Amino acid sequence: MENEKQEFTITVYTENQVGLLNRIAIIFSRRKINVESLNTSPSEVQGIHRFTIVVVESKDVVIKVVRQIEKQVEVLKAYYNTNDEIVWQELALYKVLSDEITEKVKVERLLREFGARAVAIRKDFIVFETTGHREETNKLMEALAPFGLVEFVRSARVAIIKESAGFHEKLKDFEKREPGDELIENEYLGKREAVFTM
Amino acid sequence: MDTKQLTGSQAVLEACIAEGVDTIFGYPGGAIMPIYDALYDYKEKLQHVLVRHEQGGIHAGQGYARTSGKVGVVFATSGPGATNLVTGLADAMIDSTPLVCITGQVFAHLLGTDAFQETDIINITMPVTKWNYQITDATEIPHILAKAFYLARSGRPGPVLIDISKNAQFQSFDYEGYTVCNHVRSYRPKPIIRKEYIDEAVQLINQAKKPLVIFGQGVILGKAEKEFKKFIEKSGIPAAWTILGLSALPTDHPQNVGMLGMHGNYGPNVLTNECDVLIAVGMRFDDRVTGRLDKYAKQAKIIHLDIDPSEIDKNVLAHVGVWGDCKETLPLLTMGIEQKDRTEWLNVFAGYAKEEYEQCIKDEMHPTSEAMSMAEVIHAVNEITKGDAVIVTDVGQHQMVACRYAKFNQTRSNVTSGGLGTMGFALPAAIGAKFGALDRTVIAVIGDGGIQMTLQEFGTIMQTGIEVKVMILNNEFLGMVRQWQQLFMDKRYSFVDIASPDYVMLANSYKIAAAKVSKREELEAAVAKMLSHNGSYVLEVMVGKENNVFPMVPQGCSVSEIRLK
Repeated sequence: MENEKQEFTITVYTENQVGLLNRIAIIFSRRKINVESLNTSPSEVQGIHRFTIVVVESKDVVIKVVRQIEKQVEVLKAYYNTNDEIVWQELALYKVLSDEITEKVKVERLLREFGARAVAIRKDFIVFETTGHREETNKLMEALAPFGLVEFVRSARVAIIKESAGFHEKLKDFEKREPGDELIENEYLGKREAVFTM
Repeated sequence: MDTKQLTGSQAVLEACIAEGVDTIFGYPGGAIMPIYDALYDYKEKLQHVLVRHEQGGIHAGQGYARTSGKVGVVFATSGPGATNLVTGLADAMIDSTPLVCITGQVFAHLLGTDAFQETDIINITMPVTKWNYQITDATEIPHILAKAFYLARSGRPGPVLIDISKNAQFQSFDYEGYTVCNHVRSYRPKPIIRKEYIDEAVQLINQAKKPLVIFGQGVILGKAEKEFKKFIEKSGIPAAWTILGLSALPTDHPQNVGMLGMHGNYGPNVLTNECDVLIAVGMRFDDRVTGRLDKYAKQAKIIHLDIDPSEIDKNVLAHVGVWGDCKETLPLLTMGIEQKDRTEWLNVFAGYAKEEYEQCIKDEMHPTSEAMSMAEVIHAVNEITKGDAVIVTDVGQHQMVACRYAKFNQTRSNVTSGGLGTMGFALPAAIGAKFGALDRTVIAVIGDGGIQMTLQEFGTIMQTGIEVKVMILNNEFLGMVRQWQQLFMDKRYSFVDIASPDYVMLANSYKIAAAKVSKREELEAAVAKMLSHNGSYVLEVMVGKENNVFPMVPQGCSVSEIRLK
């Protein structure tokens, strides 16, 4: 089980610093781990950035990688979660030719079925948008392909950890010179199952 | 607060002074000229050692840091000056050596334009630095340098590189003084110690019948030699060391059972696979220590003390991971454990030591062959130094032999490139080691391969007049590679036959006294002369061409499969 590869979502809270993206990317590339998706964004706390990284790896490897990430000076905390522990979305954009849409009612029905929105309507083309899991956005792409999908692009995964209480309180602890007992950093040592969970 | 105008360059040097830096190793060049210009006015306060190559500069910084326990400081210019630091950074990173390297960089407005001597040193050095940062505005210099020194020396130490663009070095700004850094919110150098892990460890140790302590450089970096000694003396547990842990415990301590790993001692290797509790202190289970991992200490409960949580469970799963500074965790263990006499168990080690002596060491120390062995050379040094010297080694056979046979009475006496295995390390590192411990005798032991990688640093010795004793153990081969070719590649000696210059003439041309010995009868007197000579000295010793280092755990084998011959 520990060595079976599966999808893990790694959430990293960091300072906003030039070059940190590279420092984190190096940790994966050095071990020849392919990053499936990577997103950086602000977090719930002002001034703190949040990376969301998706990899397909064994738990063993993910634990080691997460510890290496956390070791970086400008990283505050890193978590890893399996898909059942998170709520996640990806956004996809599809460009199709207007002629195809207007002429073929079938396409319109397809779009309804997949809950897509039109975000730009031009004389020559229309851009649709969907959000969802990869399988969902993939399905629309496959469905549109026969009708001349001109462009397709999908964003990285963004994810919310179901059990997380957010980072506001943790950050207060990080700012203290002498951290309180609440900030139990070696919580995972010897408690293999509770590693890095909140 | 009174403010004064300083240039960025002056602020760099003020930071060095405020951090207690006394010696800087460096090499000037275009992009760092403003800092060197400022240094001209700081000559009284900051000693600058002009090396002959930036790699020599950083290895000297490492040697300085290892003997002094302080942060080594290195200056280099942009482009090639900066890239020449990379090997030393990688070496310092893997061996946890605290360094602050300052590199010059082209003007900020030229960044990314392929300007003369521009290189992206920040990205090049990212995987081999604990932290790095580029400064393009002088006002950042005081707090960034404060952070650099703090990060380099705290927690698990490591190298930090600060790249400063030339405009920032020239730029004048309102200097508000220097504040030492002792907190970075995203960085926890050490945790609060969790008592339950101490309790679990204590319980395991108290129940153990055949426990073994294995220790690394963490004991030295944590300045916890006394705490460590108390711990092993109360527990009565035999202690074996990694190559970087060497000298943390005196060689002749009755519980010091020797070296671990590929060329380590017989007992500690075999008994790693027989002990019931293995207590690892400040070491990281390198593959050269563990041999084949799936056959490593499988029978034992493992307690791992480390300040770096990413080391716990990395290579070997710990039953109890004691995350913390060993200067704090060791006394807690000592307090909890029972005082025990483990003579019987120590005698098992003694038995193995006797067998190793009979089958291996005896012939190394007192060879019957005409050619000298490396071990008898090291033995001759021991006879005079009695273990009081700092021994700096390069990489290869001589390194293994020196670490196996050299005697040490005090800590911070062994300087070697352990993790990276950097040939060419020893000569510049010895120069730095001497600057870091001026009151001690520093002996560099180097092979005929390694010396030829950085021998330009004889120029640094000549110019500074620093006193370093250099022993070149010449077997006219790249010996360790040749040994492997002999043992594992059917004696196909592929490009390991290496010629040497006349080292005596070479040293003399650098105004360094030198001698060469090829006969056993002359060895003792030659070593004595080297050590009593007032000033640096190069002694070339011709040793057996095809001698091998044994014992040996062949690659891919378990530590219990160690070969004595």
